[in-house]
Amino acid sequence: MIDWLTEPFALAFMQRALVAAVIVGLVCSVLGCYVVLRSMAFLGDALAHAVLPGIALAYLAGVDLLLGALVTALLVALGIGFLTRHGTVREDTAIGILFAAALSLGVLLISSAGSYATDLTHILFGDVLGVSTTDLWLTGGLAAGVLLAVALLYRELLLASFDPVLAHTLGRRPRLVLLALLLLLALTIVVSLQTVGVGLVAALLVTPGATASLLTRRLPAMMAVAAAIGVASSVVGLYLSYYLDVASGAAIVLTATAAFVVAFFFAPRRGLVWRRLGETRAARA
Amino acid sequence: MKAMLVVEGLTVRYDGSAALDDVSLEVPHGAQVAIVGPNGAGKSTLFKAMVGLLRPQRGRVLVHGRAPGDQTDPVAYVPQREEIDWRFPVTVADVVMMGRFGRLGALRRPQAADREAVAKALDELSIAHLARRPIGELSGGQQQRVFLARALAQEPHVLLLDEPFTGVDATAKEALLGLLEALRADDITVLVSTHDMNTAATRFELAALLNRRLVAYGAPDAVFTREHIGAAYGGQALFVGGAVVVDQCCPGHEGDGAGHDHAEHHGHGVAPDRAGSNGGHGHGTAGRRAP
Repeated sequence: MIDWLTEPFALAFMQRALVAAVIVGLVCSVLGCYVVLRSMAFLGDALAHAVLPGIALAYLAGVDLLLGALVTALLVALGIGFLTRHGTVREDTAIGILFAAALSLGVLLISSAGSYATDLTHILFGDVLGVSTTDLWLTGGLAAGVLLAVALLYRELLLASFDPVLAHTLGRRPRLVLLALLLLLALTIVVSLQTVGVGLVAALLVTPGATASLLTRRLPAMMAVAAAIGVASSVVGLYLSYYLDVASGAAIVLTATAAFVVAFFFAPRRGLVWRRLGETRAARA
Repeated sequence: MKAMLVVEGLTVRYDGSAALDDVSLEVPHGAQVAIVGPNGAGKSTLFKAMVGLLRPQRGRVLVHGRAPGDQTDPVAYVPQREEIDWRFPVTVADVVMMGRFGRLGALRRPQAADREAVAKALDELSIAHLARRPIGELSGGQQQRVFLARALAQEPHVLLLDEPFTGVDATAKEALLGLLEALRADDITVLVSTHDMNTAATRFELAALLNRRLVAYGAPDAVFTREHIGAAYGGQALFVGGAVVVDQCCPGHEGDGAGHDHAEHHGHGVAPDRAGSNGGHGHGTAGRRAP
């Protein structure tokens, strides 16, 4: 049994993969709580796809792909903030426009590059097994920065998300806080690209947070439970990937999904089964 | 007595049309004022401008002779209930503690004084037993009390309540009026917007009749006269015997613009016709609800 657990991580690249997956599971789940609470799932998905042109450009220019992704993600986050700021365009419309435009630009650039390089397909679906030591340092540094910001801005994010009117009357700047949240989201997505890829980041942002919201009733607890689910999904997903020989990003996301399904049916009080039982009991009484 | 809350020539425009036009008010320390007016009269706009949610084109608001922004928690504002996501994972105690964030800033941990202020506010509104409950599990009346408690936890000098009597039952309304009575002991200046002219006339020492501009301000007897009500409500006011019936079901004009004023204004407001009863024509129905 012990052998079964340790065997995958005898290899150096698997150790790096484990560290990267745990970091990503942690940071995505924590920030994902705000994504769930503020109904930003669409935004998260759009932001993830919108980094594609940056990655393609970085690839063509021969610079680090993550750097390209980081720059585009920040630009798109600021762009969405700018378009919706004046209220002339609805937020989901602005997201839809920028999302499709950036994705098309990315496809255009990639197809003009001639060959679909393996690096680029890895960006689409993630390649946690190919994480280098340099990548790991970059990922770890960015993730630590995001988590620190979430901790320092806890009260500001809570006020701006729950009651921007109160935030205003207390002399805070909720719009600025929400822009900061967009930037943190962009950073988180870039951190996650190599592990789960553009296509699956949104799932990792939303699913653990949604699961935790079924199991908890206060924000700090929700964040802690989401983090635990995110990290556990990453670890379990990697084992599945190793022993079943399937894509690691997909295995991680599906593990998180399984946790959500269990919570959806069996969560105390809010789960479907629990509520049905309550109804039956109430009907009998 | 020295006025502690001064509104000077406040003018707010939305897209060129005036929501508030040159409104000036002086409220004495600890006074309780009812702000009455028809749909789109600018009641919510007045409050939002007073707490800095809207920037007025002209005019200013002074608390103790200074701008509210220069002080910690001078003005607490309880908006209408629809503006909150009730599924948010916060408990009653969490929400009331938010009233202390102005003093705590971004990072300082709550001190004993903060916890005491929260406990006191929960007690005053009789919701201490709900402290650990998620806000989504509360009834409408309880939810309103949570936000009142939060405003009290701010320990404000001025309390603004936007339409607190709308959508609450008679018991909850009496409880709220009882709380306002208790607040007199704390010398908190209170402004309440309402279209319940009857309550305004009988339970507040000062009333302001607003319709974009200030139609009348002072003691209710002097404010709710036939001419003033006619001027504020125009064709919506109907004088029947000794009572005024104000038809508010079909607003012609939504001047508040911010989109928060749609749910509040449906129904019929009834108020005593002060001019009529002073003239000796009281039919014993003044101020009762119209059939």
